[in-house]
Amino acid sequence: MPDSASSSPAATPLAGGTARPLPLPLPLRDIVPWAVLAGALMLLGIYFVGSEEGAFSLIGGTWMHEFVHDGRHLLGFPCH
Amino acid sequence: MMRRLLVFGMLAGFFAGLLAFGFASITGEPQVDASIAIEEASAPPPAPGEHAEEEVVSRSTQKGLGLAVATGVYGIAIGGLFAIACAVAYGRIGTGGMRPTAAVVAVTGFVAVAVVPFLKYPANPPAVGNPDTIDRRTGLYVVMVLVAVLAALIAAQVGRLVSARLGTWNAALAAAAVFAVLVTMAAVVMPVINEVPASFPAELLWRFRLASLGTQAVLWATLGLVFGPLAHRVLSPAPAPARQAGTLARADETRASSQATAPSAG
Ligand SMILES: [Zn+2]
Repeated sequence: MPDSASSSPAATPLAGGTARPLPLPLPLRDIVPWAVLAGALMLLGIYFVGSEEGAFSLIGGTWMHEFVHDGRHLLGFPCH
Repeated sequence: MMRRLLVFGMLAGFFAGLLAFGFASITGEPQVDASIAIEEASAPPPAPGEHAEEEVVSRSTQKGLGLAVATGVYGIAIGGLFAIACAVAYGRIGTGGMRPTAAVVAVTGFVAVAVVPFLKYPANPPAVGNPDTIDRRTGLYVVMVLVAVLAALIAAQVGRLVSARLGTWNAALAAAAVFAVLVTMAAVVMPVINEVPASFPAELLWRFRLASLGTQAVLWATLGLVFGPLAHRVLSPAPAPARQAGTLARADETRASSQATAPSAG
């Protein structure tokens, strides 16, 4: 029992489990510019699928609303 | 690095959107059609000399290309945001690599962005919902999504704070508990919306809502499972080809053992 895997320093890295080190995080300052730029673009995409010509209207008309109509209902957005 | 992660996120999201389109077509469209039939049957007939309401987009386009573009664009957009979330979470939430990180972020995203808002303000088919209240309903829905995402971020931060003392597993349980308490409080405080007409078939409503939740589940599951391996390769490029020999040897072993056991199955 005293020479089990947990007490042997050589065996610990191989045993994995709780001793495994976490990967190095990516620096936040590298992520933030992309997050702002792409985040805005992605939210605009979600807006067009989810709400354009519903509660809000940027380009006017009803074509956009009608075109994505089924997706809007089935993705869970309030539609009409 | 970030650029490649973002591209892979959007690619995985597009693929997830396509699968979601397939799932929604098969499980959701029959319910949408049935609901539109109910909507049209209950609409007042056009006055004599007046034309019936003209279709801006035909039903077949709505069900086909329209649904595909909607789920595709939604998938790409969610995929991009997902990649950013995974880049932040990597190495910070106690997961040991990009594949488990993507899995945890996908489950969290599905619960916060889809499940929690759905539990409070479930998806509705056509013929359900008063057009005059669309502004209010949209606002409440967006608030519910934002509250759930904020609750997830707070919960993750709490988990990080206690992980050194409690360990990763217990910290994850604590984070889940914080999230559950926060969103439950929000759901209790937020106003109730019920605009289901008394005559609308309950069974149809149930099937529509199940299809809607299933569509989101397919999207998020695909996103997490496809993005994980792609991002894993971005962050830790494939090591020495020496591994291949081991893999082949193991494959041979497996084949040999399956041959050995095969007769007993026949
Ligand atoms: Zn609608």
